[in-house]
Amino acid sequence: MAEKNLPMREALRAALHEEMVRDERVFVMGEEVGAWQGTHRVTRGFLEEFGPKRVRDTPISEMAIAGAAVGAAMAGLRPVAEIMTINFAFLAFDALINHAAKIHYMFNGQFRVPMVLRAATGWGNQATATHSHTPEPVFAHFPGLYVAMPSTPADAKGMLKAAIRDDNPVLFSEVIALYPKPGPVPDDPDFLIPIGKSDIKREGDDVTIVTIGRGVEWSLQAAESLAKEGIECEVIDLRWLRPLDMEPVIESFKKTNRCVVVEECLPHFSLGSEIAAQIQEKAFDYMDAPVKRVSAMDVPLPYARDIELMALPDTQKVINAVKEVL
Amino acid sequence: MATQKVKVDKARLLDWYRQIVLIREFEDRCDELYREKKITGVYLHLYSGHEATGVGAVAALQEHDHVITAYRDHGIALARGVDPNPLMAEMMGKRTGVSGGKGGSMHLASREHNFWGGYAIVGGHLPLAAGIALESRYNNKDAVVLCFLGDGATNNGYFHEAVNLSAVWDLPVVWLIENNLYGMGTPVEVASGQPELHKRAIAYGIKDAGRVDGQNVVEVYEAASEAVEYARKNGPVLLEAITFRYKGHGVSDRAYSERVEELAQWQARDPIIVTREILTGRFKNVEAELDKIDAEVKTIIDRAVEYAENSPAPTYEDLIRNVYVEDANG
Repeated sequence: MAEKNLPMREALRAALHEEMVRDERVFVMGEEVGAWQGTHRVTRGFLEEFGPKRVRDTPISEMAIAGAAVGAAMAGLRPVAEIMTINFAFLAFDALINHAAKIHYMFNGQFRVPMVLRAATGWGNQATATHSHTPEPVFAHFPGLYVAMPSTPADAKGMLKAAIRDDNPVLFSEVIALYPKPGPVPDDPDFLIPIGKSDIKREGDDVTIVTIGRGVEWSLQAAESLAKEGIECEVIDLRWLRPLDMEPVIESFKKTNRCVVVEECLPHFSLGSEIAAQIQEKAFDYMDAPVKRVSAMDVPLPYARDIELMALPDTQKVINAVKEVL
Repeated sequence: MATQKVKVDKARLLDWYRQIVLIREFEDRCDELYREKKITGVYLHLYSGHEATGVGAVAALQEHDHVITAYRDHGIALARGVDPNPLMAEMMGKRTGVSGGKGGSMHLASREHNFWGGYAIVGGHLPLAAGIALESRYNNKDAVVLCFLGDGATNNGYFHEAVNLSAVWDLPVVWLIENNLYGMGTPVEVASGQPELHKRAIAYGIKDAGRVDGQNVVEVYEAASEAVEYARKNGPVLLEAITFRYKGHGVSDRAYSERVEELAQWQARDPIIVTREILTGRFKNVEAELDKIDAEVKTIIDRAVEYAENSPAPTYEDLIRNVYVEDANG
């Protein structure tokens, strides 16, 4: 199958575009998605092509963006709502958690909520304490919601298309730092990456690195560097925080007996906490070292560049962590 | 909005009377069952006192229109024609409940009645109403959403965001404030800078349909009918009904001993009394029919309680079912 080299933002745009062409019920809504062409340019050109019915600019109203998406989805549309950055998704938290995630269950299956809430995530550029969250584990805490976080342009495309086609609500987290990074992306309009399917991005026998989103890049760089010293890391990209694809992780761990979790989020009740818990539950007899977590430091992110970077994970921290578990 | 008022015929008035009495009886029985610990959920918000508002407003809808409300939802479900048996079963947490025993008193819904549910986060259902109305516009349907909300809900962000969104998107929503004068225990004047809540419409540039006497089912019906037709043709409209709840905010709350006189004044204008007066004023020898309805309603609710009591509890399979939709991709 043919493929193109696209940055992640263009891969996401292609996914959305294909799904809007395929299914009249799919529409986008959010702040600046139309006339402004999308804050992150993912919906560039959509207003001209699909018109204002299907490309809906909203007021700055995160509660209503998420809540109206829930209602529209219940009624049979397939909204792809955009929250400009995930930091503002805290304002939409109630609609997402109390309604999107609960309605199918609490009304005993009478309604479905096939919506996607896209949100740009991650830190960088000294965005400061209120604009530097990677809070996906918080959202992944709740049953009823799926949480996606792609690491490559191809994954972004296949995962977003799967999310739009699924009948469940999905929080789709897009790492801002990855938007411009290119990679090969299949042209196939039915290229889908199944919900809850992880991906082994590199094979190795010595240490299992479990990661997601931007952590994949640091982990692969670390693995390459460590390989020069004869240390072979297996890098598992979870892709989805919910459903969490633990089976390949446990399988890998039974082979390597060592694990490092690499995450952008804070360490307290994090992805790493969950992975570590499940490894000791499911593979206790295989453990040769404690599970090590590489996370952001447990502080709000400051403005100054020097101390901002100090607080954050990077490739070197991954290398150090791998060496600690060996 | 000057429109011709359709004279409500006797059959319709009797039907509304029957619905009002049915709701009252359902709520009285829920109160008893709660005290007998047969309804064991901590949250139970009774509609007693509000019946004319719910019945009159829902009567203004067509079948393909939509209704959504907050957690004081029993009366709305009954007014929309949902069978009392599965409603009572839901109160008792039974498998045969409208929500399979998983929603409870605050989360009744019936898709087949276009009753989109009761929602328990104050204001949380308002944007849902906007979204449901968007589907109507999107697919060129003429369905309207009637969204009930309490006076208390007008002061949180959901109200502002959802009503504003309905304005900028021209959505066919009737925002119907059931102003029962207190948000839980706090009087409207204490909570709202502008206690005439219908005037909030002006701030959003939507139709202000004014205030209506929420105890008078005919007046509510007439005002709601105008509002519904306005929404169908034009866009969002805000209507306020003044009413009063007889019980605590929830049954577990303190009864309001300090509001005895106020309660008595409102009970003198009870929806059942007012509706009876309308009927007896217009039709001769109708009392016997009304008494017969009262008796029939008691039997209906007796049966609903019996049905609920004899229904099975949900199972482990029910506990784990419907967390996610498992069977379909769109």
